[in-house]
Amino acid sequence: MTTTATRGRLRSDAARLGLMAVPVAFFAVFFAYPVVAIVLRGLRGEDGVWRLAEAARTLARPEVRDVLWFTLWQALASTALTLVIALPAAYVFARLRFPGRELLRAVVTVPFVLPTVVAGAAFLAVIGRGGLFDELWGVRLDGTVWAILLAHVFVNFAVVVRTVGGLWAQLDPGQEEAARMLGASRFAAWRTVTLPALGPAIAAAALMIFLFTFTSFGIVQVLGGPGVSTLETEIYRRTADLLDLTTAAVLSLVQFAAVGGVLAVHAWTVRRREATLRLVDPATTARPPRGAGQWLLIAGVLLVTAVLIVLPPAVLVQRSFSAGLGYYRALTEEDGGAFLAAPVEAVGNSLEYALAATAIAVVIGGLAAAALARRDAGRWVRGFDALLMLPLGVSAVTVGFGFLIALDEPPLDLRATWILVPLAQALVGVPFVVRTMLPVLRAVDHRLREAAAVLGASPWRVWREVDLPMVRRALLIAAGFAFAVSLGEFGATVFIARPDNPTLPVAVAKLIGRPGDLNYGQAMALSVILMVVCAVALLVLERLRGDRTGEF
Amino acid sequence: MLLSLEGATVRFGGGAALDAVDLAVAEHEIVCVLGPSGSGKSTLLRAVAGLQPTDAGRVLLDGRDQARVPAHRRGVGLMFQDHQLFPQRDVAGNVAFGLRMRGVGRGEQAERVAELLELVGLPGAGRRAVGTLSGGEQQRVALARALAPSPRLLMLDEPLGQLDRTLRERLVVELRDLFGRLGTTVLAVTHDQGEAFALADRVVVMRDGRIAQSGTPLEVWQRPADAFVARFLGFENVARATVTGTVADTPWGRAPVPEGSAQGERTVLVRPSGVRVASGDASGAGEGTGTGDGSGGVLRCLVAGRTFQGAQVSLRLRPEGRAPELEAVCPLRDAPAPGDTVGVSFDAGEIVVLD
Repeated sequence: MTTTATRGRLRSDAARLGLMAVPVAFFAVFFAYPVVAIVLRGLRGEDGVWRLAEAARTLARPEVRDVLWFTLWQALASTALTLVIALPAAYVFARLRFPGRELLRAVVTVPFVLPTVVAGAAFLAVIGRGGLFDELWGVRLDGTVWAILLAHVFVNFAVVVRTVGGLWAQLDPGQEEAARMLGASRFAAWRTVTLPALGPAIAAAALMIFLFTFTSFGIVQVLGGPGVSTLETEIYRRTADLLDLTTAAVLSLVQFAAVGGVLAVHAWTVRRREATLRLVDPATTARPPRGAGQWLLIAGVLLVTAVLIVLPPAVLVQRSFSAGLGYYRALTEEDGGAFLAAPVEAVGNSLEYALAATAIAVVIGGLAAAALARRDAGRWVRGFDALLMLPLGVSAVTVGFGFLIALDEPPLDLRATWILVPLAQALVGVPFVVRTMLPVLRAVDHRLREAAAVLGASPWRVWREVDLPMVRRALLIAAGFAFAVSLGEFGATVFIARPDNPTLPVAVAKLIGRPGDLNYGQAMALSVILMVVCAVALLVLERLRGDRTGEF
Repeated sequence: MLLSLEGATVRFGGGAALDAVDLAVAEHEIVCVLGPSGSGKSTLLRAVAGLQPTDAGRVLLDGRDQARVPAHRRGVGLMFQDHQLFPQRDVAGNVAFGLRMRGVGRGEQAERVAELLELVGLPGAGRRAVGTLSGGEQQRVALARALAPSPRLLMLDEPLGQLDRTLRERLVVELRDLFGRLGTTVLAVTHDQGEAFALADRVVVMRDGRIAQSGTPLEVWQRPADAFVARFLGFENVARATVTGTVADTPWGRAPVPEGSAQGERTVLVRPSGVRVASGDASGAGEGTGTGDGSGGVLRCLVAGRTFQGAQVSLRLRPEGRAPELEAVCPLRDAPAPGDTVGVSFDAGEIVVLD
């Protein structure tokens, strides 16, 4: 008996190790190693002498403190602003049924998968120099924190709608009704019953948004200016422009610590969220709006959506056509300036890279999710769960620069190979794959497998007949997410994409950075192309995605 | 009247879930609304509670129209079908909720919670998490929570629906005692006739959003208003018949009916106890009051099945010819076996002409 049990445990340990080995190796080689290498290089210098004192002094420098302070408060402000604006929308989408709801919900989700560079370009078209508001009223916000805050709300709106709204739609309306019957007003019922139930989801969404905005790069790079730079853009400036690796390394470590802290809190809220709530089928909870208040709320959400979500991309499209097809035609010409090839070739490059990155992310993320979903997953396996999220928060710039420094010598000399870019992009895709797959894998009821086995299915057939049909959709969704984020990845790619093979976001950023109407117009046109590719990917996702219970 | 509905109507999409319902509940009365699922009984409760606005008609409490009164100001309590206990609060937190909403002081809250938990038979359970409660305990906590603010009308939605049979039978007696003692006015809905008849002073049977019958349990049980009510109460021997004098021409042959029954094309109900069974080929006509009046004698039936119900046996009889199956009861010791052929006659006292 004992030996059988021991053997059984050994076999399950072996299976788990087998599933974990590949993701662990991947993260060790392509994440931990480059990050550690670049940080060490920064702290030690090329001569190998530690420069800890200098590093410590770095933190005391006023301009560094300014960057830290600005990064922190803009992230907090972005998070608060997004919650205030998006929570009513989460309610409207979760609880009210009205014509066009599905379309509207799809629309507000688009920005989340839009590359940050595109979001930046779109806001530039509205509130930047020569933008719509500049023309109409002479209002310019580029180079101010307002532009950054608005663009952050634009991108992260969907996080709240999905994370909070997804749970909200599943909360049993009977709970609020029970409170009403006990004498609670509408608001009191919401405050005492619904809000506590939503609390962990709101916290999770807030943490996510804080994470994204704290490490924001593309948006700040495009919309920021002097005095408006975050840790991430400052790390980029220090490494790429000033070659001040020590400061960059210190800033990377600061960011690392902050992100680690946020993720620890996130892991805690995830556990809290698993606490027992009364959940019901989301299809049964929405009701037609009643009374002026609810209609007013819908109108408000429509207005916010129109101004904040629809207007910027619309203006972007309009600007890209302001010279007829001229800007698009210019994209096909070699201009010999910033690029060695015609900008339009970036489309092909981007697609190839993104597809390769998606394949890598799905394999690595799928294996990791399978290991994490096992019912016997222990404590350190769950710790790995949190670690998988790290690439979302660790400075992408650090990773990119680390790739260049660490992966340039045998046995891992990948600098000259094209695979470097997909590898970096896959790092960002994996967390999305894990987050999408894990709930579904965990939700497959163990008893279904037992039922299939009792009916005569072999283990392979059980997987084929029970697991696969339930997971297939999640797998496709995960792949779609990985594709979209790979396509939009900017921070790491900007370092490692070769000048003759730029990706779309890199090309857009380069064009925006150069003076002249033609470059501006081309940037707009290329952004539109990138936006269309992402939007198509998202529409495919929306079709596949029936329930909206995931975290993203 | 404490509660009256006047032509209350609620429409969902095309159909009416509540179709011009008139209903009155007097103080201290226990009224039970009985009906199959989808008959509109839950909508009725929600309309009274103010959770569901009415499309037409009025809801009055103490004679005052409630149209503009929001749910939390109506002063009625509702015990939900699935209890809807708040999972993030403990038992005491749940029971005290309504008192808290009314701004009752802490000390008084604690006193009242203890008193109510005592009342529902869960003394000292205040600190327990609701997730650890059994179905019956949850039901008691839900009841205590609904009673805590002393609502002028307590409404129960399938109060015992999710509990097992024995527990249900015990609790329904406890509930009736409790409400009697407290003088609570109760409007309950259920699909279980046993529950309704055991709990109520008055039973209201609903069908398709309308009230099909209203009366004391005895009245409804003795004289179902129509074929629907009869079938819903569990009677199977319901058929169309032509009544002439004291004889009804039924699919099972001629059967006697009480004097003064309505005449002509009618629906008749033959209670199982009105089906007299004589075993074998012996004619049962001798002692039965049944087949007098020159009716066609004894109906020969095959015993298709039997179910033991305590001291008696319920029989499923398949008549010769094309008549529908009959349900009958007979004492345990006389019970024929499945496959036997029996002779059947009818007892006028147990036959009701409906409509």
